[in-house]
Amino acid sequence: DGSDVDNEESSAAENDDNVKGTDKGGKKTTPRTRRGRGRGRGRHGGEEDEEDEDGTRRAGHRRNRNRRGRGRAAENEGNDSDGGAEKDRKNQTNQKSKEDDGDEEDEKGGRSGKGKNEKKQDKKPDKKGKKEKANKKKKDKKKSASGSDSDSEEEPITEEELAKLKEEVEEKKKLIATLRNKPWKMKKKLSVLKEAQLFVEKFEGALGKGKGKKFYAYKVMMTKKWMKFQRDFENFKTACIPWEMKIKEIESHFGSSVASYFIFLRWMYGINMILFGLTFGLVMVPEALMGKPYGSLPRKTVPRAEEATAMNFATLWDFSGFAQYSVLFYGYYNNQRTIGWLKFRMPLSYFLVGVGTIGYSFMIVIRTMAKNANDDGGGDDTSFNFSWKMFTSWDYLIGNPETADNKFASITTSFKEAIVEEQESRKEENIHLTRFLRVLANFLALCTLAGSGYLIFFVVRRSQKFALEGLENYGWWERNEVNMVMSLLGMFCPTLFDVISSLENYHPRIALRWQLGRIFALFLGNLYTFIIALMDEINLKARYLLPFTIFNMYLEEKIVKYNMTIWEASLYNGTIPENSTAPPIEVDPADVPRGPCWETMVGQEFVRLTVSDTMTTYITILIGDFLRAVFVRFFNYCWCWDLEYGFPSYSEFDISGNVLGLIFNQGMIWMGSFYAPCLPAINVFRLHTSMYLQCWAVMCCNVPQERVFKASRSNNFYMAMLLFILFLSTLPAVYTIVSIPPSFDCGPFSGKTRMFEVISETLEHDFPSWFGKVFGYASNPGLILPFILLMVLSIYYLNATSKSYKEANLELKKKLQSVRNR
Amino acid sequence: QDCTFFTRKEILRLHGRYYEMAPNVVPMDYTRDPDVKLPMQLIINMPELKENPFKERIVESFSEDGEGSLSFNDFVDMFSVLSEMAPRELKAIYAFKIYDFNTDNFICKADLEKTLNKLTREELTAEEITLVCEKVIEEADMDGDGKLGFADFENMISKAPDFLSTFHIRI
Repeated sequence: DGSDVDNEESSAAENDDNVKGTDKGGKKTTPRTRRGRGRGRGRHGGEEDEEDEDGTRRAGHRRNRNRRGRGRAAENEGNDSDGGAEKDRKNQTNQKSKEDDGDEEDEKGGRSGKGKNEKKQDKKPDKKGKKEKANKKKKDKKKSASGSDSDSEEEPITEEELAKLKEEVEEKKKLIATLRNKPWKMKKKLSVLKEAQLFVEKFEGALGKGKGKKFYAYKVMMTKKWMKFQRDFENFKTACIPWEMKIKEIESHFGSSVASYFIFLRWMYGINMILFGLTFGLVMVPEALMGKPYGSLPRKTVPRAEEATAMNFATLWDFSGFAQYSVLFYGYYNNQRTIGWLKFRMPLSYFLVGVGTIGYSFMIVIRTMAKNANDDGGGDDTSFNFSWKMFTSWDYLIGNPETADNKFASITTSFKEAIVEEQESRKEENIHLTRFLRVLANFLALCTLAGSGYLIFFVVRRSQKFALEGLENYGWWERNEVNMVMSLLGMFCPTLFDVISSLENYHPRIALRWQLGRIFALFLGNLYTFIIALMDEINLKARYLLPFTIFNMYLEEKIVKYNMTIWEASLYNGTIPENSTAPPIEVDPADVPRGPCWETMVGQEFVRLTVSDTMTTYITILIGDFLRAVFVRFFNYCWCWDLEYGFPSYSEFDISGNVLGLIFNQGMIWMGSFYAPCLPAINVFRLHTSMYLQCWAVMCCNVPQERVFKASRSNNFYMAMLLFILFLSTLPAVYTIVSIPPSFDCGPFSGKTRMFEVISETLEHDFPSWFGKVFGYASNPGLILPFILLMVLSIYYLNATSKSYKEANLELKKKLQSVRNR
Repeated sequence: QDCTFFTRKEILRLHGRYYEMAPNVVPMDYTRDPDVKLPMQLIINMPELKENPFKERIVESFSEDGEGSLSFNDFVDMFSVLSEMAPRELKAIYAFKIYDFNTDNFICKADLEKTLNKLTREELTAEEITLVCEKVIEEADMDGDGKLGFADFENMISKAPDFLSTFHIRI
């Protein structure tokens, strides 16, 4: 009976193309059988798992199989004594399978299979229990055994055989780990995998024999569980990546350069989620839950004067009124050292979250840059120009006929260009013309930049004038002039730059870089002009035309404090003549005169700017892309010239503009989030909607670019700009933390002379005294300076070594060239 | 899952795609290890491959019988190699197979001409084609035998900055 089934199995296994799952054929715990079953399992492993989890029927089936297997094993045991014939047959078929699989690795497996066979037969009864357990789980371990041929059951395994066994187990484990990298056919891979896994199962117990077997078995089981967990976690992680299908669609229609924008957007979204988590969880929620409620303190209440309009939509949209006096802005937070029953240190948390968001952003940007730099590798080699054109120019991601047409055309053009360049020697003509045109283009770009800077400055001055005369006299345009002008400039100047760049006649990737650079300069100029304007406005709000802001605010503080004492005194005047032992008087917080709160103001400005920027972007998309597409589509019938090919036509997706918009938006968030903890939340919302809107707009209204080019290496360019912006945006925040005294009447740092004093306060109160001492010693300049020196030296050293590596690399390349040319 | 670069969810999704190409032939349940192969015609009509000029060669180089019919194993294998997680060396091996039209383990001039024609849809003149092929052999042929062996190809492609990003199909 056993032998009959054996025959069946062997014939089944020999038929390489037609491996029927031997599940049906009764569970034989021979290697081949398990391999076959494993193959069936492994190939469609995913499904099996699923069935495992929800199908009780299948689980039962498998358990049945195992039980049957055990039964068979018992049978085989009986056959062992006269198992010669069986063994021979097994050896034969193993040999055949060896031939079939004939690779080096497989040879080992085959040989091991042969030798294993006997061992397996012998070990079967011992390992039954383990096998069953092992069979139920997914195996990641492989065992290999070769050479240890001739042991029968009675001989104990010697030390050296144990060591050899272990070695081979490790080897097979490595094989499993690298299996997916091998260029074999899937069948081969699966068979090798199953074989090796079998062996691992079998010999796991053997290895642990004699020495703490139980412990070893336990360790092995834990490792298996851990691997399974890791794999499940990886699966889960990939399931969590959002928008994958959307991006894939865009990639196939528009090529990889447009898709790289969306991938960048998704990455930004991830960062903003984390920032949001930090600010929301550690700053806004504790204050909302455990801080004093609205209305209990003057700083938390809408002043009496503004109460009437506090709930109007217009006020809320402008982020004043109730929105201003809430957890959304800096001014709401109380400067109490600990709040609530948890003794949550609010000011410390606020400070640390502010610093932490910036630190985290730096870290992640640099980490991504390093990763990208690794991928780039290589270098700017032009030695294989034509070969690369031939073998790597086709983008396998393209799935859309229109894009494919474009791609074919561009490949043809690129070949023709390269051929022309190759056929003639350098075309000397017109190089002067090209140079002249490029210089002219740069000059024009500079003029545009200067013009926009001046315009912003002019507009801001005008708005100051308006403010002086009272904003009520002017309409909506005058009030929002600054924001609108900035947004409009951001809309039109890039198009201007685009037109200018057509003079320059660069390769599109280089042209894109120039475009990005110019728009970058434009936005930077705008932003800094805006900040200067903001400082002026702070000045202005104080209503004293003194030149120095800080002195100004200090003076104002004194004045307001004086006013408050007078006001308090006036309260007392009516009731008690002396003011020494006066009982506190109940005053409604809304009536207390308030001091200036520039932080909240700054926060508000940033929030308003972000919102208006978002609105502008969306409206631009709707009008610029959608309406234009509608117009071209429907008016084409009744228009003189062909709209689709002529002037307006459909718009292309403006990669540079969008990327820069994204980067600058992020810069504003970084700048403002210290003063307005609600900014990351707003940004998360904005990015989320922006993703959907832009995906829809791209698919619906845009056409693929004429010259499809790859986005290679643009990624690091974006990262570099992001890093630069991050650095620039943290400067103002750091400056205010370190040198400007916080407002005395609002925020978590009120009452202190500098914001960072919260750290020293915490050290004093919350940490044991020795900690403070240690910190005191550590912050001694005598210690800090050598530390800085050490860092500078190590940077220099690393730079030097990397330069030397690069040079060594070049030398090797040259050598290779000379060898090749010989 | 050990044999490919896909996670379980992705393998299931691939099975879904394989199934919907021929629902009456492909079984939903693979536990019995059926031997089902889809012919080349069905596979090269997949949206991911439809526009690719090398689609026939791709399918042929992953099929077991060399005729272009793919079983589900080969199907998964193909997309695993073409996915973005596969390492450069593995992709290079298969790229070599794809561009080797006459399967003689060398990319000779005829193979190059065929590749070029497929890439440019025969828009180039004969002398341009000859020129390009000569240039390619000149650039990449290290051992001087007039055709590209695998070593030459690998050497050339490993330096290409775009290879990983273009030799990639997302599914």
